[in-house]
Amino acid sequence: MEALTSILFHGLAYAMILYVISVGLSVTMGLMGFVNLAHGVFAMLGGYVSVTLMNRYGVPFALALLTSFIAVALVSIVLERTLYARLYGASELEQVLFTIGLIFMAGALVRYAWGPLPQPVTLPTALSGQLDFGFRSFPMYRSFLIAAGFVLIALLWIGVERTNFGAQLRAAVDNRRMAESIGIDTRLLFSLAFALGSGLAALGGSLGADILAIYPGYATEYLVYFLMVVAIGGLGSLRGPFVAALLLGFGDTACKYLIPELGSFFVFLAMIGLLLWRPTGLFGRA
Amino acid sequence: MASDRPVWASLIALFKQRAPADVSVVETLVRRHRLRAVELLPWILTVVAYYLFSDYLALGSQILIMILFALSLDLVLGYAGIVTLGHSAFFGVGAYAAGIYAARICGEPLSGLMVGATAAALVGWTSGLVILRTQGFTLLMLTLAVTALLAEAANKASFITGGADGLQGVDIAPIFGWFRFDMFGRVGYLYCLAVLFLCWLFARRLVHSPFGRSLIGIRENTARMHAIGSPVRRRLLTVYTISAALAGVAGALLAQTTQFVGLTVLGFQRSGEIVIMLVFGGVGRLYGAFVGASLYMIAQDQIAKLEPEFWNFWIGLLLVVLVMFARGGVLGLVDRVLSLARRKP
Repeated sequence: MEALTSILFHGLAYAMILYVISVGLSVTMGLMGFVNLAHGVFAMLGGYVSVTLMNRYGVPFALALLTSFIAVALVSIVLERTLYARLYGASELEQVLFTIGLIFMAGALVRYAWGPLPQPVTLPTALSGQLDFGFRSFPMYRSFLIAAGFVLIALLWIGVERTNFGAQLRAAVDNRRMAESIGIDTRLLFSLAFALGSGLAALGGSLGADILAIYPGYATEYLVYFLMVVAIGGLGSLRGPFVAALLLGFGDTACKYLIPELGSFFVFLAMIGLLLWRPTGLFGRA
Repeated sequence: MASDRPVWASLIALFKQRAPADVSVVETLVRRHRLRAVELLPWILTVVAYYLFSDYLALGSQILIMILFALSLDLVLGYAGIVTLGHSAFFGVGAYAAGIYAARICGEPLSGLMVGATAAALVGWTSGLVILRTQGFTLLMLTLAVTALLAEAANKASFITGGADGLQGVDIAPIFGWFRFDMFGRVGYLYCLAVLFLCWLFARRLVHSPFGRSLIGIRENTARMHAIGSPVRRRLLTVYTISAALAGVAGALLAQTTQFVGLTVLGFQRSGEIVIMLVFGGVGRLYGAFVGASLYMIAQDQIAKLEPEFWNFWIGLLLVVLVMFARGGVLGLVDRVLSLARRKP
């Protein structure tokens, strides 16, 4: 019982982080078919920005999060307009090579600026300590992560399901040519969606800095996890990656908790099996 | 007699008649297989390098090994068009298999190569059965996942692989019981060179065979190859297994010449680097591996001395520039310059 609640709790917090980081990638791939392996770079940059603001300049937690969101969204929109946009419709290999190039460059730059070691994470005092749930207590910060994750997801889903922007985005994902022919500016739409997705990744990287350590190897170390969330969830879907993140979060936590001598081995095996069964993901369209 | 035949019969007879073979087409088809003088250049250079740079033979063997690794990737990526980011899986399996064989069972090097190749081919075949059912992004993801799976296995099974400390005690016996690996790396270099030469002969024969041509067909238009009855998936699985075996040989060579196997042989960095080397040299032309791997390794050796922290930055920048401006790699540029020079009278 003790083990089960621990796995559920920590798995849920982990899943939230994975989802917030990866959901933007799902939209990028669903909308433009762009294989953006460098998505993790945006999460890493967000983490560096917020950790540095808090540790070095004493900026409050909430303001640091907001700054990292805006800063990374701006950087990503510049990159998208100048570089990514040239490769829409290019071959898969070219997109892969280009984004690997970005990963290598970003890793070297942050290594130069911040050094090779993982960044120390200082939690705000209001969010440290334990939270008593009656039957047992859990770390306060992880509880906050779960709550913040749910709030973000609710905002995102309302934004996509209930606003005009969301309706256009869904239309473009479903059928880009049709959306263009009824006058939707898909280029602008895509730039905005790209910036939003990168900003969310930055938030995920900042919030999850004590789960996924912020260091120069970040973008390659966790690449498989981000890609798996998207591949298993299905491209261009919002709900699919959420289910996939939950599966991955619970599965990975359970494996590391119950059979530490095998680590993530079974999670990878299960994910490969799942993709064999549904090659386009759980919620993807064939 | 001929006038007795109805008109349609003579028409059919006309069509049945073989057209006279176009001599120039046949000639070019035959010539493509023939060995050109230029193709001997890499071998002359490698032999010259043995005498000129006798202080750098350790680096030299590393380069030869990476050439073999890139060559194996070219079969899959360049000829069959399978975009993979998990080729280090087979390199790593070959290295670990050969290393463990040498440390635990027998230090004889040639059988060690066979062990590495067989283990990698087995992994290639089984993972290919799974991976090649998918396409595009899912396939790319699965190649990454298989490598991550193997890396985790090698990390956790430390009782046999040495885990994070690496595999110790790899002791290699003399080749044919006669040529002992020396501390200057002379025997190691020549050993790698001989193995690379044999693998190159094999790969060259393979890509010029009807099998190799059908791979190019699959790369260019998979639907049409299905339509003309080519067993597409079996072809892909075959070349994936062959490529895995060659990558396994490269890994085994690394294990034998450095007498050590670390977890990095299975890392993402190595998978990414080998794709970069191949693309830098030129994809799908067999010699891109030679050009790309040697330039990359020499540049890494030189630049890493000056500013090791920035090596990844320059490589990343190089990739971005390559994708944006020079998609054929170095050999593609050479082709372009040559065709420009030819056009001018």
